[in-house]
Amino acid sequence: MTICKRLASALLLVFMSLCGSTSYGEGNQTLFDEGIRLIETGKLKKVADGVDLLINSKHDRSAFILESMLESKLYRHKKQKQLVMLVEKNDKGLLIADLDSLESTRQIGKRKAKRIPLNNKLRGKIKGYLASQNLNADQVSVRKAAIQKLLSALDDETLALIKARALYESNPDVQLLIDTAIALDALQSENETDRLKAIPTLSESLEPAVRNQLTQTATNDTSKAVQLAAQSALEKIEDKIAFYGFVEKIFFGLSLGSVLVLAAIGLAITFGVMGCINMAHGELIMIGAYTTYVIQLMMPNSIGASLFIAVPAAFVVSGLVGIAIERGVIQFLKGRPLETLLATFGISLVLQQAVRSIFSPLNRSVETPDWMAGSIEINPIFSLTLNRLYIILFCLAVFAVLFLVLKRTVLGLQVRAVSQNRNMARAMGVRSEWVDALTFGLGSGIAGVAGVALSQLTNVGPNLGQSYIIDSFMVVVFGGVGNLWGTLVAGMSLGVANKMLEPVSGAVLAKIFVLVFIILFIQKKPRGLFPQKGRAAEG
Amino acid sequence: MKNFKTKLAGVAAAVSLSVGASVTFAADTIKVGVLHSLSGTMAISETTLKDTMLMLVDEQNKKGGLLGKQLEAVVVDPASNWPLFAEKARELVEKEKVSAVFGCWTSVSRKSVLPVFEELNSILFYPVQYEGEESSKNVFYTGAAPNTQAIPAVDYLAEQGVERWVLAGTDYVYPRTTNKILEAYLKAKGVAEADIMINYTPFGHSDWQSIVSDVKKFGSTGKKTAVVSTINGDANVPFYKELGNQGVSAEDIPVVAFSVGEEELAGLDTGPLVGHLAAWNYFMSVESDENDAFIESWHAFIKDEKRVTNDPMEATYIGFNMWVKAVEAAGTTDPEAVQDAIVGISVPNLTGGLSTMMPNHHITKPVLIGEIQDDGQFEVVSSTNGLVQGDAWSDFLPGSKDVISDWRKPLACGNYNVKTGKCSGQNFE
Repeated sequence: MTICKRLASALLLVFMSLCGSTSYGEGNQTLFDEGIRLIETGKLKKVADGVDLLINSKHDRSAFILESMLESKLYRHKKQKQLVMLVEKNDKGLLIADLDSLESTRQIGKRKAKRIPLNNKLRGKIKGYLASQNLNADQVSVRKAAIQKLLSALDDETLALIKARALYESNPDVQLLIDTAIALDALQSENETDRLKAIPTLSESLEPAVRNQLTQTATNDTSKAVQLAAQSALEKIEDKIAFYGFVEKIFFGLSLGSVLVLAAIGLAITFGVMGCINMAHGELIMIGAYTTYVIQLMMPNSIGASLFIAVPAAFVVSGLVGIAIERGVIQFLKGRPLETLLATFGISLVLQQAVRSIFSPLNRSVETPDWMAGSIEINPIFSLTLNRLYIILFCLAVFAVLFLVLKRTVLGLQVRAVSQNRNMARAMGVRSEWVDALTFGLGSGIAGVAGVALSQLTNVGPNLGQSYIIDSFMVVVFGGVGNLWGTLVAGMSLGVANKMLEPVSGAVLAKIFVLVFIILFIQKKPRGLFPQKGRAAEG
Repeated sequence: MKNFKTKLAGVAAAVSLSVGASVTFAADTIKVGVLHSLSGTMAISETTLKDTMLMLVDEQNKKGGLLGKQLEAVVVDPASNWPLFAEKARELVEKEKVSAVFGCWTSVSRKSVLPVFEELNSILFYPVQYEGEESSKNVFYTGAAPNTQAIPAVDYLAEQGVERWVLAGTDYVYPRTTNKILEAYLKAKGVAEADIMINYTPFGHSDWQSIVSDVKKFGSTGKKTAVVSTINGDANVPFYKELGNQGVSAEDIPVVAFSVGEEELAGLDTGPLVGHLAAWNYFMSVESDENDAFIESWHAFIKDEKRVTNDPMEATYIGFNMWVKAVEAAGTTDPEAVQDAIVGISVPNLTGGLSTMMPNHHITKPVLIGEIQDDGQFEVVSSTNGLVQGDAWSDFLPGSKDVISDWRKPLACGNYNVKTGKCSGQNFE
């Protein structure tokens, strides 16, 4: 029975597409209605046929229906057995509207309607169709995306559309893409000179579709001249790709490096300046990340702004926890590094379990604000991801602020004084205990700020801190204890080195190589890249 | 004939047990062990299974218990520490005298407790998908083996026209073995070496920039490309985030994952992931009466409407019910008798069919492929026609293709080479 129906609809489809051009006005409504009827069933296979019918019908409502399907707004009312449009999901269930009258909405229960299912093939098909519809869109970016989408599957029909657009396209970028598309088509032509003429245009393009076509031409073309031209064009493209590949690696390295610097810079203060080994540093980062989570819970409607509030909040929360640790434990263990290490390790376990008890052992989801998602596309093969870009900038900002605090403020002066010679500083009237607590608080607060940044990159869970503690110590030791510049340079260079190695050796080995390198380096230069000089270094 | 034999064995065991019963089982409850990490890295996944077990025991007791006795769950915490798993397993069996243990998640924890269960001849139900290449008299695998998860998923993608494959995984035993099997399978299907890219990353890897960029390049040659991901647990979150940020969409390069389920997606904004795939034997979105009832009782038990259900929970559910039925059939909780009785037992699974315990201690299940939706659930886009039987020894690895496992007497061998006719014990390499 069902086979019969499917066969019938398939036949209908073939028949309609055959005579579609002649009886246009009649056919499109019938096809459209039949398509809607198939989609109404809610069964994936029938929906697929229905989508085909909708596309072939060329009905002016097809694009609207398909687009709402793509945005998963198209639902099927289970009782009424008809398509409805989702307006919003709320606590009571679903707010829906009929397809014909979108203004009159009504409320139904959550399980009363079911979304029309889609799979990747259908999504691809719909996006392709919408792209051809979008060729004449007002926004430049939409037009660009539309042509890029069409490049990989050019046929006579889409090419005709593109050529039509070429006549009144004003944007030079889009014009370039149109030229590429036309040249790509010319590469398939029977005429050798046409093919040869197309190649110079193509050699300027970095689109993957162009490269694939040229690769085929370079080996399969019947004419030797065309083959050679294609080869040289390919070489030109490959050179560009290699160059951008290198730039991309540097960018990846810097972004990894800035994560390392952010995680380590708090430690550079507590470990580097105070000389106190704080194994709970990672957990202070974790507390910062959880602060972000809590802030987002408190202001669910303005996720975009939440990060700006989370940064100072995380600084305060982690800073206070840090001061509590210093006052409660570390001050009694001064001058006993081993005991400090064990005690702070204990604290780290306590903090982890506390988070498990308060927030559950499951990872919490911290949302990424819209302004941090996506990427800036420089060209088709090279784009900068926005979240990484912001984190590099954020890292530099944190570094600059910290640097100014240490060099330009009274607190900074006192911190440096105490770290260089505690007794002398005390003799000069500096309250060393108070400075210790504040320094530790500052370092911890910075760790909290790092947590805000990390919450955008990785999982916010009880184990967040553990994965960064080793890296942090590594960076501080490599950079030279007690030197902020050292931390910055060490973090960035380790990041870049790691990313340069990764494609060659794989992620696992790259990490090992970096560790081995640091061990060897510390053997040669035990005081790191930028050793402290003068009397302070001897202490 | 065979039935008669097992019955006879059951009766014999029951008699021998009742003789010593007054000494060994003073208490009038039947104890079951729950061996899941409640702290440490794996707590994130395993705590849920502990709760599932408590719920199942609770429900069984409301139905009147088992053999007229109440069930009692003994929960221990091996704290994601592999050697501690072995210690806690021993404690459960020797000290607490539990009748069966439900537990473990990672393969390394299973390998760690395996000798304990074999030495003490107790029973372990293992509810998680794993790499296969193992068979033990004392372990019942209710999760998926590679042929009940990975291979059907690859078949589905090939059907969708995928020609280039990225096998990405976390660097440990499950992904390594699974990828070895998949690589052999793909090559047998005629995929060229150059069209397979294999990549391993450390546990908890969070910087996916270069790998995603490599995948993008690998997928830009014009042939349809897919990623088969055995990336473990929470490393997936930054992986998918990076895919989204670099603009890799599911229509261009779909990712099919074997370790990403509803629970993992609960910590994620699934908007950018729509269309990526997962292969399991169960999805929360499956429509069946058993599933509706299960979800309802789970929400009632955990007192949170937002909690999801997932495949390992279903595997725990199936395993527990199989054990209950086997104990009822054997009339005793004696491990030896239960081991004999459980083979051939069928219980309803949550997808609306029956799952059966096979002689190789694996079970039959349907294989479902689901696409991630924006509400964190999966839409089933393909399912196998019938049930697939879990295969202990992969047919695609040269070392194990002639090996079968059959724990029924008289063969009673987990590693029987059909070519040489030899049983080489359980420690097969």
